[in-house]
Amino acid sequence: MAKEKSGNSSSAQGAGVAVKEAKKSANNLSIPLDPITAAELLERQAAAKTPSEKAIIAATTVSDAPIGGVAEDAKIIRLQATPPGAQTGKIILNKAERKYSFKEYMQYQWHEAKRSGMCYLMLAPFMLLFLVFTVIPVIMSLPMGFTSFDMAEFPPKWVGFDNFYTLFLEDDVFSQAVRTTIIFAIFTGPLSYILSFFLAWLINELHPKLKTLFTLIFYAPSMAGNIYFVWQLIFSGDAYGYLNSFLNTMGFTTAAIQWLTDANYILPCVIIVQLWVSMGAGFLAIRAGFQAIDPAMYEAGAIEGIRNRWQELIYITIPSMGPQLMFAAVMQIVASFTVDIVGRSLVGFPSTNYMAHTIMTHAFDYGWVRFEMGYASAICFVLFVAMLIANSLVRKILSRYLDN
Amino acid sequence: MATKLKNKKLPKKMSIEEQQEAENQAALEALRARRAKAHAKMEKSKGSNKRVGKTWKNDIGIFIFLFLLGLFMVFPIYIALITSVKPINELFIMPPKLYSIDPTLDNFKDLFLVANNSWVPFSRNVFNSFLVTVISTGLHVVFACMASFILAKCKFPGVNIINKAVVIALLFNSTVTYIMQYIVMARLGMINTYAALMLPMIPTAIGLFLMIQSIGQIPDAMIEAAKVDGASLMRVCWGIVIPNVKPALMTIIIFEFQAVWNYAGGSVIYDEALKTIPTVVQQIALAGLSRQGAIGAAAVILMVPPLVIFIAAQGQVMETMAHAGMKD
Repeated sequence: MAKEKSGNSSSAQGAGVAVKEAKKSANNLSIPLDPITAAELLERQAAAKTPSEKAIIAATTVSDAPIGGVAEDAKIIRLQATPPGAQTGKIILNKAERKYSFKEYMQYQWHEAKRSGMCYLMLAPFMLLFLVFTVIPVIMSLPMGFTSFDMAEFPPKWVGFDNFYTLFLEDDVFSQAVRTTIIFAIFTGPLSYILSFFLAWLINELHPKLKTLFTLIFYAPSMAGNIYFVWQLIFSGDAYGYLNSFLNTMGFTTAAIQWLTDANYILPCVIIVQLWVSMGAGFLAIRAGFQAIDPAMYEAGAIEGIRNRWQELIYITIPSMGPQLMFAAVMQIVASFTVDIVGRSLVGFPSTNYMAHTIMTHAFDYGWVRFEMGYASAICFVLFVAMLIANSLVRKILSRYLDN
Repeated sequence: MATKLKNKKLPKKMSIEEQQEAENQAALEALRARRAKAHAKMEKSKGSNKRVGKTWKNDIGIFIFLFLLGLFMVFPIYIALITSVKPINELFIMPPKLYSIDPTLDNFKDLFLVANNSWVPFSRNVFNSFLVTVISTGLHVVFACMASFILAKCKFPGVNIINKAVVIALLFNSTVTYIMQYIVMARLGMINTYAALMLPMIPTAIGLFLMIQSIGQIPDAMIEAAKVDGASLMRVCWGIVIPNVKPALMTIIIFEFQAVWNYAGGSVIYDEALKTIPTVVQQIALAGLSRQGAIGAAAVILMVPPLVIFIAAQGQVMETMAHAGMKD
């Protein structure tokens, strides 16, 4: 969007930004492996569908000169983009007005596909498995959600919207599960995300040796995986439990508390354990993001008048860590929406009053306990859609604060 | 360096906005004076790597805070460790102790005994675990290397769609799709075979994504030079690109190893002889806390391999994750 807009504006600044944008996307995308001739370039441009795509193709051949080395600051890039570079961007963009027929486009694509046979061959092993175990299951789960299917009788019986109708209007446990999932999602989503960032920030302030140690310490739980039995020991309902025995000997309580079966305590307990395991790949990415920031930025910041570490964080650190923060957000969304196994192994299944019953647990219940696969896939599909929505929402919100 | 650049460029910027030039000039003078002062200050403290507000008092505060939180993070792991070396009479002491008076390895022997008394010897499960983990990790790495090179550096019809699919696929980890995955596997006749444990773990999106990001950092000139010299795509990939992204390679090995190693394929494997350690641990754990010694021992056995690999490659992981960005 931004690219097209700036392409239409006539100011040198706008075009400069367009070129910068295009170059950036060109780096992300790809460059043809064969050195291309001018004629071929024109051919490629002809095949490009959108103006922005054209700009990208143009930018891959624009020399580095107009952008001028590495500049940290968007403003500097804007200033340094000289008319020649800007014009290159503009001319190509204007050509985008010309139309090519769909048939011509498809012929060109076919020609390109034939040329890149080796590419497809190298891609094949991964993509084949990816297709079978990820893409097909996702695509299959939509129609399956409209059927009644118990794994025994083929083909599945078509029941229309019955599953979704039951799910949203009649299934009380599902509404309870949605509530629980939202509570978990708030704690393991935003809270754990902020916690990861905060911890990574603090760790980054320390001596390099300590950095390594603390990174290991905070990442270790997500590596140790399934040691939920330890938490069962800690929260054990009798006096043998570490927490109960501690509280008793210190005189806070006189009787053992049923941490894992009392409906009042289940949620906090599971949330604590969930937070404990949540410092995963997202945390590592944020940690590494801190390390990748150029120290010269802070020096420059100090001279520009940044007075304390808080300002440093807001004006320098967060904006320059955009991609890492985005990646961590996606990881965290996945983790927070699919909370299930922690609750099941900690407080049992089903838990008292369904206190730890999440949407994922509900799907497990119908899928593996009752074998109502149609209903279970309806649940999974709803969850997946919710995740997609949350993902685009979070990315929108984050991109407002980060300069990409 | 950066400061010099900014000092030089600022006047130029002002000259572009010519409307409030007079006011700007005054402001600029003030700014320059302030900057000169700050710069002098900076110069004085150069070499000591000083930053705003960085004092040793702050550092100690941070250390203590992190230390306390770190204790919370490590505590359960410590308990697992200590439980695994407590002899049976210590496991049920009132109140429970945070240390072992007379540490033994009985629990590990016990674990092997318990497991050996079931259908198959425990060593078979250990063998299964290593077999499955090594094969899936190996195939994942080989396939992901080739695919990510193509996706990051080649242009051909469909590349954009696949790249988008990979990013979306980060969202559907296997938990959301596992029911359909099960049906697919059942149709392919893979249930209760090693393939059911290995194949679904190979196309992990996160590994591919990390590799694409890292390979994206390699200059195109390098690849084109190799192409001009007549190297095939395969040769460029394995001879030039992959050796240059070793940190990313280590990282995806670690992630994949962890994922496969901890994957309890309880619902796709029924045969005792094909089960891996996590599944067996889950089965023993069904006995509840009365078997805590053996469970602790199993947990420690499960924990050690990923931990060792991670510690060995920690630096490389950090380097990779720094590139693990996602742009809009």
